[in-house]
Amino acid sequence: MELLAFGKTGWGDELFYATLMTLAVSITAMLIGFFFALIFTPLKLSKHKSLNLIGNFYTTVIRGVPELLVIYLFFFGGSGAIMFVASIFGYYEYIEINAFITGSFAIGIISGAYSTEVFRGAIQSIDKGQFEASKVLGIKKHIQFYKIILPQMLRLAIPNLSNVWQITLKDTSLISVTGLVEIMRQSYIAAGSTRDPLFFYSFAAVLYLLLTYLSMKLINKLEIKYSRGF
Amino acid sequence: MIGSFPKLLSATVITLKLLSLSLFFGLFIGLFFAILRMNKNLIINKFAYGYSYVFRGTPLLVQIFIIYFGLGQIEYLRSTFLWVILKEPYWCAIIAFALNTGAYTSEILRSAFQTIKPGLIEAGKSLGIPNKVIFYKIQIPIAIKQSLPAYGNEIILMLKGTSLASTVTLMDLTGVAKYIISTTFKPIEVFIVAGGIYLFMTFCVHNLIKFLEKKYGFQT
Repeated sequence: MELLAFGKTGWGDELFYATLMTLAVSITAMLIGFFFALIFTPLKLSKHKSLNLIGNFYTTVIRGVPELLVIYLFFFGGSGAIMFVASIFGYYEYIEINAFITGSFAIGIISGAYSTEVFRGAIQSIDKGQFEASKVLGIKKHIQFYKIILPQMLRLAIPNLSNVWQITLKDTSLISVTGLVEIMRQSYIAAGSTRDPLFFYSFAAVLYLLLTYLSMKLINKLEIKYSRGF
Repeated sequence: MIGSFPKLLSATVITLKLLSLSLFFGLFIGLFFAILRMNKNLIINKFAYGYSYVFRGTPLLVQIFIIYFGLGQIEYLRSTFLWVILKEPYWCAIIAFALNTGAYTSEILRSAFQTIKPGLIEAGKSLGIPNKVIFYKIQIPIAIKQSLPAYGNEIILMLKGTSLASTVTLMDLTGVAKYIISTTFKPIEVFIVAGGIYLFMTFCVHNLIKFLEKKYGFQT
């Protein structure tokens, strides 16, 4: 137990901050994912073949390629790509991007592909009459989306989004390969310096279990809130 | 880009080996725990539920690290024959993958068993077919058919999961891709080739499952 003490002698505080980091990366990645889903869901639902193709390309490629490979692409290719863009604007210095940003961006793109599929499914399962009725009533397109489609869609999407959240939360463990100090990386450091990998990795597993358990409880409450009247 | 292709292809063989072995063991583990889940004994039931909860609630990376780095720490294990297996990263990865996919498979199979109409089992019983035969000849074939689409997804998830073997020094497709990226600094080209190989494999699995579904699926 003294291994987990807070302060200089134990790893308690380090692991606590690492847990917060995991949460921060997961939430950022989830939000970036929503942003991507916001762009790609309309593309997937669009009637134009070419737009459709772009949407399908995104979800198929990201969901068919290992997460680790995507992370390596961003980790090794990220600063190169940004430097290339910067060189167009006449900036030739070396640019290093923060591991937090690269990591949450890589995970965000992955999570976005799953969110896109969830949103697409949810919108497609809304009764067509809802779209038609709101059109007939002369409701503007964006109000139709915010007031009629979105609330119904959320009810259908939340159970599946909670799966996406779980996947995202677990995927953040992979960012440890880039050196960002989240639960996995911190356990790796602690295991290395105390030579007690079994304890620290098991503790990391417990932390992840705790995170998934607590977030499930929270999401269940949301689910109840959004399915009022059903 | 073209020069790296043979290296990546030979690494694909390791990825496929990891995938097939872990799926093979995982299927048995999954079936075993799915049967335990249907047991009426509360303790056995809870044990099986706990297994799948823990393995589905923690990242695969943690599981591999516990098995590869953690188990070697137990002195007792080092003296048993198990150490022959556990000192190899290859078998550690397979054990971790098999246990992980076993947890997901047990959930898939359990829900498949639960969707079997009780009438079918009752019909078997009333025909005087022994319980064992009912299980092997009626319940299992139906459950396999029911679970094909979900199991297809699981195979694809596992295919992507094998990439984590590269974190325990195995040179699978992702491991070699990372090595080439870090020596040539051409991340995008390597990503396209390695990603293309992965996509091709996912495509094959996807179509195989579709074919099996068509051949053995139910017309309900």
